[in-house]
Amino acid sequence: MIEVENLTKRYGRTTAVDGISFRVQKGEILGFLGPNGAGKTTTMRILTCYLPPTEGTARVAGYDVFQAPLEVKRRVGYIPETPPLYPDMDVDGFLDFCAKIKGVPSASRKAKIDEAVEKTRIGDVRRKLIGQLSKGYRQRVGLAQAILANPDVLILDEPTAGLDPKQIIETRELIKSLGGDHTIVLSTHILPEVSMTCGRVVIINKGKVVAEDTPENLTRRLRGAGALRVDVRGEAASAAAEAVRSVPGVLSVRARAESPEGTTLEVEAEAGRDVRAEIARAVVSRGLDLLALQQVGMSLEEIFLHLTTTDTAHAEAPPPPPPASQEVTA
Amino acid sequence: MTALRNVWAIVEKEWRHYFGSPIAYVALMVWTLLFGIFFYFAFSLFLRQSMMAAQQMEFGGGPKMSLNEWLIRPVMHNMAVVALFLAPMLTMRLFAEEKRQGTIELLATAPITDLQIVVGKFLAAVGLYGLMILAGLLNLALIWHYASTPPEWKPVLTGALALLLFGSCFLALGVFVSTLTRNQIVAGILSFCLFLGVWTLGWADDPSAGPLMRALAYLGVTTHMEDMVKGVVDLKDVVFYLSFIAFGLFLAHESVQSQRWRA
Ligand SMILES: Nc1ncnc2c1ncn2[C@@H]1O[C@H](COP(=O)(O)OP(=O)(O)OP(=O)(O)O)[C@@H](O)[C@H]1O
Ligand SMILES: [Mg+2]
Repeated sequence: MIEVENLTKRYGRTTAVDGISFRVQKGEILGFLGPNGAGKTTTMRILTCYLPPTEGTARVAGYDVFQAPLEVKRRVGYIPETPPLYPDMDVDGFLDFCAKIKGVPSASRKAKIDEAVEKTRIGDVRRKLIGQLSKGYRQRVGLAQAILANPDVLILDEPTAGLDPKQIIETRELIKSLGGDHTIVLSTHILPEVSMTCGRVVIINKGKVVAEDTPENLTRRLRGAGALRVDVRGEAASAAAEAVRSVPGVLSVRARAESPEGTTLEVEAEAGRDVRAEIARAVVSRGLDLLALQQVGMSLEEIFLHLTTTDTAHAEAPPPPPPASQEVTA
Repeated sequence: MTALRNVWAIVEKEWRHYFGSPIAYVALMVWTLLFGIFFYFAFSLFLRQSMMAAQQMEFGGGPKMSLNEWLIRPVMHNMAVVALFLAPMLTMRLFAEEKRQGTIELLATAPITDLQIVVGKFLAAVGLYGLMILAGLLNLALIWHYASTPPEWKPVLTGALALLLFGSCFLALGVFVSTLTRNQIVAGILSFCLFLGVWTLGWADDPSAGPLMRALAYLGVTTHMEDMVKGVVDLKDVVFYLSFIAFGLFLAHESVQSQRWRA
């Protein structure tokens, strides 16, 4: 349904999107994940024909965004990052205007508006001016506008930003229920959201795709790469790290929490290689006390951090939360 | 068909903004008020002059004074100046505000072309301006009611047409200027300066001036009003105004499109 090939977008000298490619099948819900400034919004703006790409192509439902923008726009519902609303219109008036410019035939306009209003639960504010609505309600009006014309494709840029927890759950349910009939791309910073709603995740960083898989596979793959937690007594962090690093098959060692009690090391080893016994031997042979050695799964948060942060950033960043054991906690 | 429907949707929306805010009421009020005042002064002047003329007539002299010449023409001319001031008010927010609110993203991703948006916004402004002219003309209804020899109605109509065409040139330019910034006050001030510039081109209209000045004067929007206010509609003038409007809208359209490229 959506095919993106080698898409690049430059704003003057900054490259916001740098040769990304991905596909979305019909009925799929794709999560678009990345830190601030990764290029999520820019990609979505290209998919909705708001911005032309600098290089590469993007096709929606077989139509090129550049060559047949009207055909693409007819099939796409879009919530921009900040919901585009007219504060001096009431909700009904606004949706009526949206229905008109989206080409909803006048015979079915009223029914379509009622349906969107009901799905997004904004029935009780229909007569209110949009300028007087709370942030969450505005977000919902934005969502109502996007699903109004029943488009094949929905592009949702942070659709749950600013909602209360109850509404977040309802909106996720709504998005999930829209999948199947609609092809959905949604961007977010909230990782649990991705594992709950999306069938597949594309993680981008600095304009490049760094990972693409199902949430489960991503978790498994990184666990397969062997994240280990090694607790060593004493404050000999560097000595311990040195010992572990000397073991063949170990890719990286990071010191985490340091306390008088001991040092925790996070170790990443080559996929499919069990280095636990060798690490234990290496630590003990240097005269250090091994307190614990544990295999840990990474939560999506950690995968995300892992994929999108460089090592130098890690040195300065505050210590991440303790690793989740085995299962994705989200 | 869909094109018309889309344009109409934009017109309707802009009218909702005009009448949902004080803009429409202020513009209508100022316009009709000034129309009334100019009309009153022109009318009293006319009465005094015609009284003097009547006295002279007793001595066998003096021309017959025409209401059109003495009343309608000066009022139309004054209202053209008022249009110069009010036109920026009608156009300044058309695109600037959409950009500031981010709603331009809604319009740009809906299945509607940039041209339809530009034309829709322009027609909305022209519609409100037309309504203002009509409201002003109500003043004239008084003369028809009271004058013993009512004035010819044709120059009144052509005068109104001149006002409409002349003002629409400003509105088209104003739509263009509004696409240049996200600040509607800046758009308003810029538009006013631009209108003033176009207006003063007409001052170069002097038979003794060189060819360049004459050409510039030809571009001045006021130059083409004269005949129409007198009741003579010259096709050349109408074509001039329509091309001027088309050019303004063309600039607006190009500006909207090119900004998407650079953004
Ligand atoms: N109009 C613009 N002009 C210049 N640079 C821009 C513009 N819009 C975005 N950028 C730059 O492009 C990069 C990607 O921005 P983008 O908005 O796509 O990020 P994002 O992934 O949506 O981030 P966030 O999570 O904060 O929403 C950023 O470095 C940003 O500064
Ligand atoms: Mg963004």
